[in-house]
Amino acid sequence: MAMPSIHFLANPARFQRFSARILPWLGALTALLWASGLYMALLVAPPDYQQGETVRIMFVHVPAAWWSMAAYALLAGLGAALLVWRHPLAALMARAVAPVGAAYALVCLVSGSFWGRPMWGTWWVWDARLTSMLLLFFLYLGHIALSRAFDDSERGDRAAAVLALVGVVNLPVIKFSVDWWNTLHQPASVMKLDGPAIHPSILTPLLVMAAAYLALLVFLVLLRTETEIGRRRLETAALTGR
Amino acid sequence: MGGFLSMGGHGAYIWPAYGIAVAALGGLLIWSLRARAKVQRELQDRGLDRRARERR
Amino acid sequence: MSRFMALVGRDLRLAWRRPGDAAVVLAFFVLAASLFPLGVGPALETLARIAPGVLWVAALFAAMLSLDRLFADDFADGTLEQLALAPLPLELTALAKCLAHWIVTGLPLAVLSPALGLLFGLDAASIATLTASLLLGAPSLSLLGGLGAALTLGARRGGALLSLLVLPLAVPVLIFGVGAVEALKGGDGVLAHFALLGAFLAGTLAITPWAMAAALRQAVE
Repeated sequence: MAMPSIHFLANPARFQRFSARILPWLGALTALLWASGLYMALLVAPPDYQQGETVRIMFVHVPAAWWSMAAYALLAGLGAALLVWRHPLAALMARAVAPVGAAYALVCLVSGSFWGRPMWGTWWVWDARLTSMLLLFFLYLGHIALSRAFDDSERGDRAAAVLALVGVVNLPVIKFSVDWWNTLHQPASVMKLDGPAIHPSILTPLLVMAAAYLALLVFLVLLRTETEIGRRRLETAALTGR
Repeated sequence: MGGFLSMGGHGAYIWPAYGIAVAALGGLLIWSLRARAKVQRELQDRGLDRRARERR
Repeated sequence: MSRFMALVGRDLRLAWRRPGDAAVVLAFFVLAASLFPLGVGPALETLARIAPGVLWVAALFAAMLSLDRLFADDFADGTLEQLALAPLPLELTALAKCLAHWIVTGLPLAVLSPALGLLFGLDAASIATLTASLLLGAPSLSLLGGLGAALTLGARRGGALLSLLVLPLAVPVLIFGVGAVEALKGGDGVLAHFALLGAFLAGTLAITPWAMAAALRQAVE
């Protein structure tokens, strides 16, 4: 292999060497991004002229939503890599991604709820985006439960891969249907959260927080994939009686 | 400091929102680190770790 | 095609020999729906308002109830392995089983729904729309459910897991199905909802057989 390609990491041993080298640096970067992101979000960013201080919830809420959706796309990509190319590492990485995506979705939902209370006067709004996120959360839970539901781990890997692929095709349809449902039922008084343009003083902390969430996602996925490699090695050892 | 904590009267919503993010993601981080440590310990116990290293 | 129909016929004969299985599903549907008046009170205007949603959700749950047996018996006695090797592609085999499931479960649920609509004080036009939306929506549920059944074949705690997998995927069916009846009250948009239900069915018909076949191969391997 002269050219670096996506197959670079196909070999678990090579992946482990790669992740062992990169994890400390990535961990430091993640911590730095979170520290500066939280600092900017809580202290530097000005209160919004309409929403006041509650706009600060956006900095933990919106990046969680972004990366939770992106992580599902990654999950589907890994599912395809497993089913089509039989990529040995894809299954283990999918196991690593799913709980992180679910946690991000949960953070998005709960922080959205704490945002809704002062903004909308209620803890939960059946707003199109919150409802889609709730369904995404359930899709993650289904993926996690299915991948762990078999005595044979590889069966769980492949079943979950099929589910992720069907889920990613269906997700836009679910999103569309929820939007459709929402326009039928939406009370007109609900205030829209996103203005036409975001001011740079708000955008910069948002982007730093988005980078922090991404760094944490990558860090956790590498760490957990490494764990899954070890776990699979233990399983094989137990089966072969070595 | 009191002003920072009360967040213009909305502290009761802002702090729990940040709290859940830190708790959920921090919890996931700790869980992941402990899981890795446990697996590595087991690999070492069975000598699988060393053999893997020798193979390199 | 004849092989396909033969497989559907076989499943229907099996279901016919054990009418209790289908009857339990229908009984669950009626029971679940009739618990709602006990829960929210007997005022007919309230019941008529929630009826489309309640009946659709009850039908959704009832369909889930019957799904975990869809492939399980064939899997347990080895028939599924033979079907996987048979000349009929596994995609069509899975489709045949879903068609049989729809005939045994979805169709009776839709046929039964007008009676429940009357109990909820729905007017004739709403009942007709509701029944039509169930007729058009139930095949999608059988297909998505069949996928869930194929994926959870041989899994621990299969039944509950199946619902967790299928229900989020089935949300569009629920929304468009209930929406059709609600649109009737608004005066228009019923056809749009039926078009969307039909489009969703076409989509599931195009995708789920492949996914089911992949899942079944994994189970048989």
